Amino acid sequence: MIESSGYTKLRIKMILTTLGFSLIPLLILGYTIYRQFEAAHTGKVIQHLSHLTENKRRTIDLFLNERLSQLMAIAYTHQVEYFLEGSTLESVFTLMQARSKYYIDLGIIDQNGNHVAYTGPYQAIRTANYKEEEWFSQVQAKGFYISDVFLGRRNYPHFIIAVSRRDGDKTWILRATIDSDIFDSLVQSDQLGANGDAFLLNADNVLQSKPRFGPKLLARMDLGAFARFTGVRTETIAVDGKPFLVGLAWLENKNWLLAIRDDPSEEMMPLAHTRSLMWIILAGGFLLIAGGTILTSNTILAQLVRSEREKAMLNASLTQSSKMASLGKMAAGVAHEINNPLAIIKEKAGWMRDLLEEEDVKASPNYKELEDAIAKIEYHVTRAKDVTHRLLGFARRMDPIHEDVNINDVINQTITFLQNEARYRAIEIHTGFQTDLPFVASDSAQLQQVFLNIIDNAIDAIGKDGNIHIRTMAVHDPNEVIITIKDSGPGIPREKLDKIFDPFFTTKKVGEGTGLGLTISFSIIQKLGGQIKVESEEGQGATFIISLPLNKD
Amino acid sequence: MDIKILLVDDEFDFVETMTKRFHIRKMPVTSAASGMEALKLIDEQDFDVVILDVRMPGMDGLEVLRQIRAKRPLTEVIMLTGHASLDAGMQGMSLGAYDYVLKPADFDELLDKVRRAAERKALNVSAQARG
Repeated sequence: MIESSGYTKLRIKMILTTLGFSLIPLLILGYTIYRQFEAAHTGKVIQHLSHLTENKRRTIDLFLNERLSQLMAIAYTHQVEYFLEGSTLESVFTLMQARSKYYIDLGIIDQNGNHVAYTGPYQAIRTANYKEEEWFSQVQAKGFYISDVFLGRRNYPHFIIAVSRRDGDKTWILRATIDSDIFDSLVQSDQLGANGDAFLLNADNVLQSKPRFGPKLLARMDLGAFARFTGVRTETIAVDGKPFLVGLAWLENKNWLLAIRDDPSEEMMPLAHTRSLMWIILAGGFLLIAGGTILTSNTILAQLVRSEREKAMLNASLTQSSKMASLGKMAAGVAHEINNPLAIIKEKAGWMRDLLEEEDVKASPNYKELEDAIAKIEYHVTRAKDVTHRLLGFARRMDPIHEDVNINDVINQTITFLQNEARYRAIEIHTGFQTDLPFVASDSAQLQQVFLNIIDNAIDAIGKDGNIHIRTMAVHDPNEVIITIKDSGPGIPREKLDKIFDPFFTTKKVGEGTGLGLTISFSIIQKLGGQIKVESEEGQGATFIISLPLNKD
Repeated sequence: MDIKILLVDDEFDFVETMTKRFHIRKMPVTSAASGMEALKLIDEQDFDVVILDVRMPGMDGLEVLRQIRAKRPLTEVIMLTGHASLDAGMQGMSLGAYDYVLKPADFDELLDKVRRAAERKALNVSAQARG
């Protein structure tokens, strides 16, 4: 049998192996799926951001285009004189404002930079000259101009769109001022989420619209240098040490950069959910697998231990059987060889006894001694004969007969043989019989020998003052009758327990026992198809358990 | 009445001592050391009782018994078995032996059985003579 530390090692090995083979694929699977999901999700987020950025860019471009077209249309459909007459400019401006509240004022500037007509709230700039301004020369050269956002003379954030018209040798400029708040509303939208942000930057990284977080309008916002590019780009940019995904796009009509910053928490929410879900599933899987593994390995090990034990028991019983068989043969041989010399010794002694009857020998002074010696020889020959006959009886291959035996009756009968001896030694024999015990197909004479041997041994073991309990009962599966004989004797030491059925093993004094009683009992019970076992602990008495099969085969 | 006894055993000392003990009781005993020798003697003389050892080298006691029964059905045979084997004894009985005695035998018991076997033989002989 494998010792228990061996089993522990085996158990640990089994558990670790099973866990390894189950958990590694689980972890790989979890990691891969998570990675795939992360990539897909990030792709989706980027796509969404690009889409949003592109849309916003178009909106702003469209807005600027419309304003520009409007001014162009106004400038090119009328002569400058038309606007200088009375309140014409005023009514044009009113019309424009009706369509778009963000127009602040409208003015006409001649080729010398003089403000020749103005309508709007800032009458102070009515007489201003713009000849030295940078935008003035730009608009002269290009025909139109869109400025960055600035405070200017009005001290209010705005930007201008100017259109120049050449009329013969004269050039005049129609200039509109637009409140830059328009960009805030164009750029921001609720599509950005709680923490998202969007803003416009000019080429010098100066904010052209108010971001929701961080610096104010016209402050610098350093996202890094981006050369003009077409289309939309997404970048991961660190702001305040935190990485943000930013969509970038240059406007078509103006060298402004549109930047849309995604809400990182909202963007990562599904990922975080997935991650925690994955951990929960992994933990659940681990617990399930670990539990299953431990359960399975325990079951397997229990099975293993059981079969080991059964094998050991079977081995022990096979060993015992073959030991019995070979010992039986040997015993028979020895007994037979001894019997012949014993017969001769006995006859010689008998002959001597015959001769003692002769007249002259009877007169011999040693007659008494001789007769005594002969009697002793005969006595001891008889004793030796008893041993050899028992040995031969043990070896005898006599088929047991099969009759219907009432075990209770056989035991009762056996007890009557031993009752006197037991009473004399103050030993009480208690019986607990199952009254409706089924008949056993067996050999009552041989069974009686077995019970006699065991009960006699029990009486010898107790010596004086004690109890013997004999019980019978029928059990199912397998269908057997169980007989237990329990004594209150000193018990059998552990080291002697497995020798107790061996031939010539005896604890009795020399001359009192042959050491064959239990051997013969064992072999009888075995021939009858049953089993005999002994359970004992030192100081606790001994219990013999005999099981006999009920079926007749 | 003299009983004619044939003792068959391969143990010389045993045969010798037994012969002496029978002689001292005024019972003549012829002895044979093997089955073949015994059968030869039986061919020559008519014995009342044959004391036959079961286990002998050469021809085994049971075979000798079979042949005795064939030759002299009236002769009674007592099997002497050192083989304790009730089996051999029983087998002998079923082959028509009068009785069997376990070795080492009690001489008085054997003597008793020999006398009774001789009585039966006498009865059988007279019955046959009448019938």
